[in-house]
Amino acid sequence: MAPPEPAPPATAPLILVVDDEAAVRRFLRATLPHQGYRLVECETGAQALVEASTRSPDLILLDLGLPDLDGVEVTRRLREWTATPVIVLSARGQENDKIEALDAGADDYLTKPFGMGELLARMRVALRHRDVDGDEEPVFEAGELKVDLGARRVHVRGTEVHLTRTEYRLLALLVRHAGKVVTHRQLLKEVWGPGSADQTHYLRVYMGTLRHKIEEDAARPRWLTTEIGVGYRLKVD
Amino acid sequence: MPSDLQRPDPDALLQRVQAERAQRTRGRLKVFFGASPGVGKTYAMLEAAQRRRAAGDEVVVGWVETHGRAETADLLEGLPRLPPRTVHYRGTALDEFDLDGALARRPSLLLLDELAHTNAPGSRHAKRWQDAQELLDAGTSVWTTLNVQHLESLNDLVAQITEVTVRETVPDRLLEEADEVEFVDLPPDELLQRLREGKVYVPEQAQRAAHGFFRKGNITALRELALRRTADHVDADMRDYRRAHAIAETWPVAERVLVCIRPNPDSGRLIRAASRLATRLRAPWIVASVESPAQPALSPRERESLAAAFKLAEQLGAITAVLSGESVGEALLSYARAHNVSKIVLGKPPARRRWRDRLRPSPLEAVVGASGEIDVYVISGETAEPAPAAAVRRAGVVDPRPFAWAAAVVVACTLVCWPLFPRFDRSNLVMVYLLGVSFVATRFGRWPSALAAALSVAAFDFFFVPPHLTFAVTDTQYVVTFTIMLVVSLLISGLAVRVKDQAEAARQRERRTEILYALSRELAAPRRPEDLARLAARQVEELVQGPSLVLLPDDADQLQATGPPPEAFATDVREGAVADWVFRNGRPAGKGTDTLPAAAFLYLPLPGAQATLGVLALQPRAEMLPLTPDQSGLLEALARQIAAAVERALLERAAGEARVQAERERLRGTLLSSVSHDLRTPLSAITGAASSLLDDETLGAASRLELLRTILDEALRLNRLVSNLLDMTRLESGSLQLKREWYSMEEIVGAALARGGDRLGPRRVLVEVPEDLPLVPVDPILIEQLLVNLLENAAKYTPATATVRLAARAAASAVEVVVEDDGPGLPSGQEEKVFEKFYRPTPGGEGFGLGLAICRAIVEAHGGAIAAEAVQPHGARFRVRLPIVGAPPPVEREGTTDGPA
Repeated sequence: MAPPEPAPPATAPLILVVDDEAAVRRFLRATLPHQGYRLVECETGAQALVEASTRSPDLILLDLGLPDLDGVEVTRRLREWTATPVIVLSARGQENDKIEALDAGADDYLTKPFGMGELLARMRVALRHRDVDGDEEPVFEAGELKVDLGARRVHVRGTEVHLTRTEYRLLALLVRHAGKVVTHRQLLKEVWGPGSADQTHYLRVYMGTLRHKIEEDAARPRWLTTEIGVGYRLKVD
Repeated sequence: MPSDLQRPDPDALLQRVQAERAQRTRGRLKVFFGASPGVGKTYAMLEAAQRRRAAGDEVVVGWVETHGRAETADLLEGLPRLPPRTVHYRGTALDEFDLDGALARRPSLLLLDELAHTNAPGSRHAKRWQDAQELLDAGTSVWTTLNVQHLESLNDLVAQITEVTVRETVPDRLLEEADEVEFVDLPPDELLQRLREGKVYVPEQAQRAAHGFFRKGNITALRELALRRTADHVDADMRDYRRAHAIAETWPVAERVLVCIRPNPDSGRLIRAASRLATRLRAPWIVASVESPAQPALSPRERESLAAAFKLAEQLGAITAVLSGESVGEALLSYARAHNVSKIVLGKPPARRRWRDRLRPSPLEAVVGASGEIDVYVISGETAEPAPAAAVRRAGVVDPRPFAWAAAVVVACTLVCWPLFPRFDRSNLVMVYLLGVSFVATRFGRWPSALAAALSVAAFDFFFVPPHLTFAVTDTQYVVTFTIMLVVSLLISGLAVRVKDQAEAARQRERRTEILYALSRELAAPRRPEDLARLAARQVEELVQGPSLVLLPDDADQLQATGPPPEAFATDVREGAVADWVFRNGRPAGKGTDTLPAAAFLYLPLPGAQATLGVLALQPRAEMLPLTPDQSGLLEALARQIAAAVERALLERAAGEARVQAERERLRGTLLSSVSHDLRTPLSAITGAASSLLDDETLGAASRLELLRTILDEALRLNRLVSNLLDMTRLESGSLQLKREWYSMEEIVGAALARGGDRLGPRRVLVEVPEDLPLVPVDPILIEQLLVNLLENAAKYTPATATVRLAARAAASAVEVVVEDDGPGLPSGQEEKVFEKFYRPTPGGEGFGLGLAICRAIVEAHGGAIAAEAVQPHGARFRVRLPIVGAPPPVEREGTTDGPA
């Protein structure tokens, strides 16, 4: 047997894991500390709210299929008083809940069964945004995509790309949430205004043109990926 | 021991088995049979009953007549009695056997004295023997008593012997079908002795007749009759036994008897005699009446008498028929020849015949003359009542118009003749009048034509015969002319009337046949039983010209009307009770029958192969009752047709359900076996790898990695399998809700490639999605799943060196997506089969075989289509068509470029 792992330092980010399935918690318990995270576990929504308020975790991993309160409700209540990033864990077939949770304020989601790599990537993104939120970087870079938020210019593979105002606003919003999923609703609300929350075809058309302007192969995008049924994500890795 | 060479006749065996089966549920009938009242039948029955009771059987007394005899009454002691039912009739209260009480009590054996008794009015059945039948059907055994003179077929014989006509009769078949017949005998001398001692019951009114009845000669004759009957019964039993055990027997040459009856009281006697003849010959027999234009139309009374005769014939076991033809003789003989009749039975013609009949040979002579090889029996006997009066003259107002027309025609003839008179011979003028008379005869009938004849002669005489303008006739030849004209006119009019009648009769027959044909045509089309019932009811209504209704049982076995019930039916609850009775007992009842005749409707059972399927209720027009045997035969045929059609519809329904059920079971079985096998494979790989990792400490890093990789791969595979299963379940259960949105195919393709691209591994993947492809209204999650399944399919069935191409293009009001590869392609001829659930090209391959079935379900839920085809030189192509219905609202575009916002 390998020697026991050293415990992560007290300054390591604290992750609150809310899941009623012991197997999932065991798996997270075995891996997350090794990645340098501290862990707190609980099994019900009510417990989660208590722990969140008393322990002030840096990130909450919230299962949607809780026995008492459903995950969407927990998210809503959390968002009433805290901006702590929340990643919801959903199973197949819970698409509606997933979207609702995201609209209610969750930052991202993972579909079970998921791999460690995915989980860690999304956790990193969520934590980074928490750190960086108050302090926006003027220039965003991801591979050959460069977006200068201050100057409002976009460069891809060295060439400048000309975007319309709406297209730019779309891109900017995705950049601001780089790595995280942004729901259709969020996009429509922010770019077109609160009354356009159900005009999804607008989104399709504009995202389509945006993709074609930026991506090399629009059908296999490198950055502007589609999360089917949920929204869009600007991939950064 | 039956010889090996002789095996029992299968039909007979089947009959025996059926009879035995019926017997097991049917009660057993034992008849205590005697030659005359007073021999001690009731006494014998009670003695036997007491013995049964002592043996421990349940015996209940339904009805026993002690007639005040103490010794008989003593035997009743200890036997439980069923309380009688009180019937109020015309102010008096009568006691009657309580049939419903007996049915409710359901004893295993019931004693029912005097089988020939007529029930009081208001009882369910007219006769006690019908009560006995119902009891037997319900499973109760019945013991009863019967005298020989109560047998239907012997009724007239007995009347002849004793000069006492017994009115209460029992059909012979009851005795024939009885399970046991015990002959209770008392030698005549002893019987007379008992009579003298006052031990024989004779009602007050019959004293005088009884004196004539109880003479030694009579009693001896009756005893012989009764003994013979009992012997016949034993003989029949013996024959059945021998037949069942295949003991060879010489059968007589097939005989058939045809009896011709007329609507006069002779017919009853004729029928009974024929019945005895047929029984002796063991031949089937037919009772027929003949309608011919030569005979006058029947009055209602004659029709009734004929109907009663037919009913008697049927009771005695004959087939009935109504024949038609030019003459009685011709009709009888042609029927006889067509049906292989070997003997014809006729009644002797009445002594006094109408003068008209003397002109032609009597039907008897015609038949005898032309009978050839057929034997003719002529039965004689006195008629008890005078022949019925001639057909009632149709009373009513005589229409004067035809006569006026006749006169007008004569006037016209005269006018025609007037200019011809100088030129033509008088004989030709007569022809003109003759023409006129013939015309009147054909158009207006007998009497107007007679008038026309008279007027013609008068006119001819007046205008054209010297001395002109007088009525004097100088030449006697004109008397001849007159006579001939009159005769011609009568002949022609008679002929015309007959032709019209025949045409009418033919029309009637045609109408009836058409109704039957129309019904059978409608019933042949596959329909639900309720629709069939409604159609049938309509046809019956047309036939009987009164309301009609078919009742079928619902799931709870309660009769329900299959259409709007006629008023008379719906308003009276008792009608429903009668219908119910018919349904449970399988016998007709209601108006015009012997059972519950007070009902407003006639109810006929619809006989199915195993049980009564329903009830046909009808209310014929008042004038049509009582129904002629022809009509009741037709109604029965209708009922059978309806029953057959309804039974077929019900069986089809059951078969369909059984098919669906079987299919469901098959799929369930396949699924279960598939699931258990296919889930276990990855699971065993995972367990094996994980346990190795745990147990074996000596594993090298590379091996460890390998095992871990295995675990991950197998777990992902398991996930895919389970997802497929879940998808299929949701799609099948119909709970799938399509959430359509206007989506871009490009995005869905991208997402599908992102999810399923890994599986394709090292294969080349070409993607072609045009930028201007229109948006499609789809459920994006399902379409993404569709594409992922197709990609997985390509990954499974192509080598690693294959190329996979995914292309989308716009088509007419649709978007077409194609996923193709250049691998080995589909097995030939399987382009359709691949989409079936659980289809796998090689059994035991990876996965459940649900992937393509799910694809098809998804595509079809979107109103689209998916098809597989082969690619040249090798490969498979899947073509998906997603229809575009409507268009998204237009999107305002801004300028293509802009400067800083």
